This record gives sequence, C-alpha cells and structure tokens, in this order.
Amino acid sequence: MSDLLLEMRGITKTFPGVKALNDVNLQVRQAEIHALVGENGAGKSTLMKVLSGVYPHGSYTGEIIFEGQECRFNDISASEKLGIVIIHQELALIPFLSIAENIFLGHETASRGVINWNAAIAKSQALLKKVGLSESPNTLITDIGVGKQQLVEIAKALAKEVKLLILDEPTASLNESDSQALLELLLQFKQQGISSILISHKLNEVSKVADAITVLRDGATIETLDCHKETISEDRIIRGMVGRDLSHRFPPREATIGETLFEVRNWNVYHPLHAERKVVDNVNFNVRKGEIVGIAGLMGSGRTELAMSIFGHAYGKHISGHVYKNGHEIDVRTIQKAIRNGIAYVTEDRKNYGLVLIDGIKNNISLANLPAIANKSVLNEPKELRITNQYRDDLGIRSSSVLQKTVNLSGGNQQKVVLSKWLFANPDILILDEPTRGIDVGAKYEIYTIINKLAQAGKAVIIISSELPEILGMCDRIYVMNEGQLVGEMPAADASQEKIMKCIMQQEVNQP
Amino acid sequence: MSAELQTNESSKAAGFKLATVFDFLKNNVREYGMLVALVVIVLYFQFETSGVLLQPTNITNVILQNSYIVVMALGMLLVIVAGHIDLSIGSVAAFVGAVAGYMMVKNDYPVIISIAACIAIGAAIGAFQGYWVAFRKIPAFIVTLAGMLIFRGLTLVLLGGSSLGPFPESFSNISRGFISGNDAKSGFMSNPLGGADAKLHLMTLIIGLAFAAIIVYLDIVGRKNSRAFNFPVISTPLFIIKNAAVVAIIMAFCYILASYKGLPNVLLVLIPLIVLYIFVTKKTVIGRRIYALGGNEKAAKLSGVPTDRLTFYTFVNMGVLAAIGGMIFTGRLNSATPKAGDGFELDAIAAVFIGGASASGGIGTIFGVVIGALVMGVLNNGMSIAGVSVDWQQVVKGAVLLIAVYFDVSSKNKA
Repeated sequence: MSDLLLEMRGITKTFPGVKALNDVNLQVRQAEIHALVGENGAGKSTLMKVLSGVYPHGSYTGEIIFEGQECRFNDISASEKLGIVIIHQELALIPFLSIAENIFLGHETASRGVINWNAAIAKSQALLKKVGLSESPNTLITDIGVGKQQLVEIAKALAKEVKLLILDEPTASLNESDSQALLELLLQFKQQGISSILISHKLNEVSKVADAITVLRDGATIETLDCHKETISEDRIIRGMVGRDLSHRFPPREATIGETLFEVRNWNVYHPLHAERKVVDNVNFNVRKGEIVGIAGLMGSGRTELAMSIFGHAYGKHISGHVYKNGHEIDVRTIQKAIRNGIAYVTEDRKNYGLVLIDGIKNNISLANLPAIANKSVLNEPKELRITNQYRDDLGIRSSSVLQKTVNLSGGNQQKVVLSKWLFANPDILILDEPTRGIDVGAKYEIYTIINKLAQAGKAVIIISSELPEILGMCDRIYVMNEGQLVGEMPAADASQEKIMKCIMQQEVNQP
Repeated sequence: MSAELQTNESSKAAGFKLATVFDFLKNNVREYGMLVALVVIVLYFQFETSGVLLQPTNITNVILQNSYIVVMALGMLLVIVAGHIDLSIGSVAAFVGAVAGYMMVKNDYPVIISIAACIAIGAAIGAFQGYWVAFRKIPAFIVTLAGMLIFRGLTLVLLGGSSLGPFPESFSNISRGFISGNDAKSGFMSNPLGGADAKLHLMTLIIGLAFAAIIVYLDIVGRKNSRAFNFPVISTPLFIIKNAAVVAIIMAFCYILASYKGLPNVLLVLIPLIVLYIFVTKKTVIGRRIYALGGNEKAAKLSGVPTDRLTFYTFVNMGVLAAIGGMIFTGRLNSATPKAGDGFELDAIAAVFIGGASASGGIGTIFGVVIGALVMGVLNNGMSIAGVSVDWQQVVKGAVLLIAVYFDVSSKNKA
C-alpha cells in the first residue's frame, strides 16, 4: 500500500448533541479520482473540513496520514502548505477583483509587500492555459460565468502546487458541457499525478470518472468500492447510500384525507439576480385536507424557492402561475396577503429567517399575528402571556419562562417556537421546510407528533426535506423535485428511497 | 437542560419569597446601571460645584438646555432600534427653524399655522429620506449624510447668511416660558420649608403629584399582571420602597422647580412626548414590530411584518421630532440662525447609545434614552459650572460615551 497518498483513520467528530462522524476511514491513492458519496447530512462535508483543517487538530479524534506523515492541521493554510486544497460548493472568489488577483489572493507574487504584477499575470496566464480557460487574467470575476469561475478556482488551487484536490459538488451549478469539461480536467490532472476527491450527488458522473467510491451514511463509512475490480452501477451506489431501517422513528398516524384544499398551477419563478435562470419550472401540485405531502429532492433542486415564492413572493422574480384554496384563486403577492389567506411557511433556516434571536419566546410566538393580541393596535399583554404560555406548555418548549431569549434555546426548542408562531397565526396550509434540520432524534419525534396533530386537525401540510426517511415516514404522498421541476409523484405506500433517488437520477441522465 | 431548569426554579423562588435588595440590583443591573451612573455624576458635580448644580435656577437651566436633544433622541431611538441611523437631524432642525423664522418673523404668519407647517415640513423631509432608505435600499448613513448637507445648505439659502428674530412671544415662550406666566408671580404660595420670601408654585406641585400617582398606579397594575402569570416579582416591602423612592424623586424635582419659576412650558411638551413614546414602544403593535424589524429583518418580514413601510414611518417620525426639536431650539435662542443645530445629531445618537441601545438594532428603551440624554446634559452643565474648558468637555463626553457602551456590551456578553 505504498502508493497511498492520504489515509484518514478512525476519524470521529462530535458536535454538541450530535455525532457527525463516527470512526470514518478513507484511503486515497496517488493519481486517483476518489468519489465520496452519501445523502445530505451523511458527513461528507464534515469529513472534508476535518481533512482541510477547518476543524483543527484536537477538535476530532483519529489520525490523518498524508504522504506517509501524520498531519495535525491547525487551520486551512497548514493543509494547503502540504498541497491539500479544497474547493467549496459556494465559490470563494472576490467578484470585483480580476482573475489574476483572485488566483494569487493570499499568496501574492510580491517582494516586501510590493506586488510584481508582470510576474503574476504571466503566471496566471500559464495556469489558465492549464485549466483550459481562455480569458484575460485582467477580467473581473463578476464578468465571467459560473463554469469559468469554477475553473479559476481550480487554477487557484494549481497555483498552490496542489497534490490533492477536493471538490465539493463542483458540477451542481454547471450545465452539461461545463460539467463535462471539468471532469475531463480532473482526468488530465490524474495523468499528471494529482489526486482528487470528488463529492457529488450526480452518480452518473461519479461512475464515469471515479477510480474508487467511498460511501458514507449517518457519519460512518459504509464501504469503499473499487471501480477497476468491478463495474459499479448507480443502483449499487444508491443501495449503499440509503440502506437503513425506519422502525420507530416516526409516530403512528391515522390519516383522514378530505378534498383538495390547496392547489398550485403552472408555477414559474426566475432567479432574483440572474433574470434568465428559471428556478421553478411549470410546477403543478395539490394538497388535500388532512394530508401530509412531501417534496423530496436534492439541495438546490428549487424546493425552498418554490415554497418561498408561493409564500407571498418572498423569493424570486417574474413569478407566474395560480394558487387556489378550496377551489378559489387566492392572491399571494405579498407575505401579508399569503398569511391572511391562511398560508404559513416554516423556514429551513430558523436562526436567520425564523426567529428574532435577541427577543424572548413570547415576542417571537406572537409576531406573525400581533393584531390577534391587540385591541385597536394596543397590545393586550396579559392575553399575550396567556396564549404564549399555552403554546409553551402544549408543545413542550423547555425554557425558564416565555420571556427567555430564543438565542439560548436548543435547536429543537427553537423549532418549536417557530412552529408555535405559525400555529398561532392559525393557517390552513403549512409549508414546513426541513422541519427537523439540526435537531436531535428525540426532539424530531416531538416535532413529528405536532405535525401529525396538525394534519389531524384538517390542515394541509407540505414537508420539504432532504432526508428521504423523513419524507417516507411522515408523508401520505410524495412529489420529487429536480432542477426546478416536479419530476415524479407517488403515494408513500409505493415509494422507497431507491425509487425517489432513481427518479432524480434518471432525470439527470436524460438532461441534454 | 436540567441545569437550566434548576436555575429557573431557584430564580422563581427568589422572586416570590426572598427577593433581596441584592438580587433586585443584580437582575436589573443593565436597566438601572446608567441610572446609578447618572446619580453618581450628579452627586459628583453637586460636590464639585459646591451645590450650584442642584439649585433651582440651574436645574431649570439643564432642562431648558437639553429639552430639544431629548425630543430628537426619542425619534433617534426608533431609527436606531429599526437598525438605521439619522445624521441629518441637526440640519433638519436648523432648516425648520429657518422656515419658522421665515414664516413668523419675516412674513408674520400666525404662530399656530407656522408650527403646523413646520411639523408638516419635518414629516415631508422624513418621508423623503425614508423613501430612499426603505424603498430604494440606500444605506441610511448615506441618505442622511446627504440630507445633512442638503438641509444645511437650504438653511443658508433661506436665511441668506443672517439670523432671523425675534419671534412672537407666544412662540418663544414654549421653550423659554413657565406655566406661572411671564411675570412668574401668579399662582405662588409661601414655602412652609423656606424663609419669609420663599415661594412655591402650587400648580407645579399638583402636576407633580398627579404624575407620581399615575406612575405608582401603573406599577401596581403591572405587578398584578406579572403575579397572575407566575412571573418573578419583587417582594412587597421592596416594591413599596421602590415606589416611595420614585415618588420622592419626582416630588423633590417638582419642589425644586416650584421654588424657582415653576414648571417650564417645555416640560409640558417633553413629558407627554416621553410618555407617548414609552407607550408606543412597549404597548403597541407598531412598536413591537419595529423591535422585531431591528432584531432580525428577514425573520420579521417572513412573519408578515411590513418591514419597508415600517422603516419609512420611523424616518417620518424622526423628521417630525427633528422639526419639534428645531422649533424648541429656535424659540429658546429667539432667533433662527444658519449655524443652529450643529452637532445635534451626535448628541442625540450619543444619548441613545449611552441609554443602552444596540448599534445593530432591536434593543433600546425610551427610559434609557432619557437617562442617556440627562447624563450628557448634566456633564455639560456640571463641567461648565466647574470651569472645565469646552475643549476638555468634548474629551470627557467622548470618553463617557465609549465607557458607557463598553459597559453595556460587556454586561451583555456575560449575560
């Protein structure tokens, strides 16, 4: 095994309350493209952060051996010095600096602090040639497309004399030809002896270029597949990614489903900044009374954008389409109107979009429905206290009192506050976006119980989730979303993780 | 979690049974910290000026000198709580003063109409700036910096470089006069505590008494409500001591005023405004929403709060209060001058921050603002009497601002 470039042995990383990585092992050989696959939250990004030194030595257990030496990185620059470079999903380029300036940012070709621009330009020209980008080094980053920006990131990595390149979802925002070019480039690098770790949801790409595939699930290594020994099918990879049992993670529920309560027709949304990018593409769906409907899909498939655009056009531009409630078209052009029409949206990002963290539980719960506790715009505080105390007891928000600031609550209790806020607004349609993200198992169960009660009360519930087991365990009917379109619909009884994943992957393959 | 619950239980018990003075002070250190600092500053200068500071004449002076800053700081609090800033209010105050001079001194418009016009102009200026901030998303710092230049310039244009005055007495008396009337003779009784010549203004004492009664009544109601929801309240003896102290301070204050010329007219503008804004910030839907907007704009917006419109209104409100402040100042000088209002924005901003508001929005109280303004006012006045030169006064005020905010930030980090 002397041709090992990197070995990560027994890596365990815990966050408060959660074991993100549990005894993970990863071996990458010289001149190899190693794919790292797994569901959202399986621990891929955490593992790469451990490797690149974002989580410094000492914050995890286990060892990292690179080129035969044990490494203890304290920060990113320490790992970069050895030639380990990570390119994140969100590109880390400065938009109003030029290509050359970005490439050498942080390690400028300078003597005594004075930059030698001629040398920098010449060097970046050579690097751009290597990555096959024909742009002047003086072009501003903001003037080139995402695909080319990705190449600049790689050129930046090459400038650091990279030996191991880590790419986190590099093709997620690229079109087919750009993705193809990028994969070609990785193969070229392999010829030159540079190894890559490729994190990707696009399994067709993975099976095309990878030499080895490591599958992570729930923070543990499941298996490492050698692509040279056997041909690995996508089904084989998916089986590794999702195989787990679902017993007792969801409260039992008896569904009583009525007629259609909520319907969205021909819904189209464009990106707020890039006017030509269609984020939601002609989406049609409906939810019945008492029904829980799931929308499955990968991150970036347009689910949140769909939900937020319905919720008072809170996202997107040039929105078109119709929304019906009980058969009548309703106006959702502002958030106030959407709320008045009985829609509630529980955000996926409760800290930034859900809570006023510096305020107490009471003020957060009443915020979306202040007129209900006010008499001619004057707050009735006894009433407010009575109501918010009621929610605190009903939902089991563990806190010292309703005056406790929400910033000091645990994730699960914060989520219950957000839920309380929307329950108090008394909606008919609830859209729950990743309702259990970052919440421990016990609190998840409590939240599921609340959701079940809501459905029982005859509300229409929509759950957006990246966790397929959650969708399967909670929902009556499932829509699958990919690249802004609904690509499949199935009753939960017929659905399986494999089926949903296939639904997504098939569409990826069929893309021109 | 269990530790959290335990401390909860223990603090509840403390609230009900053995709320000691120590606990009370510890729990309210942030709210009353600046009040304590104010008392210390007052006592220091009382000693340093050999008792001049708290003499009736001087107390009255401090009120007259700082009234317009307090008025403007009330509006500034809402702007800062909403997460913005307003640098233009000094210029706006000057411009409104110039308009008042143009109308009343130059063209002899009736006082009432002129005042109404000035307030309308203030609102319009606020609406103009609020439009750019709220709907066009230009940072308030830039919009109001532009406003600062624009309205200072327009003041100069309107006044042509010279001052306008004097104003009709009915106007200037709002900021210079007393409820005892021009001669300050009617409505006085002899002072039982003073010598033969000592007089007390009766109405001042009656107003003070009524005001104190209202405050005590509200505190009793609030305490009853807290009890009804099992919130920790201070023990009955402590509650009585606290209210007795409040009444004593109000009455002492009124007694001092009554033994000079009585209640200044400007307090009849100022106190109702302060009460109104306490009410708005604490008890109304719009007040609650402004705090939510400043605390987390995105979350507030997604909760159906009309964030843009609210931001707009806070600037309109600021414009109105800047206009009122400008009129009070102009009336006090009894002339509209091109240099009026210079630096008022900084005094108002300083008062807001000394009063414990957060620079990132969402936190701050009217009570704190009033205390903050008084701290600055007493420092100014005390140092002037003590003979500290103006240049060193600036240094001290700057240092106080820095220390006050540091104190606030560090106590928040510990909490």
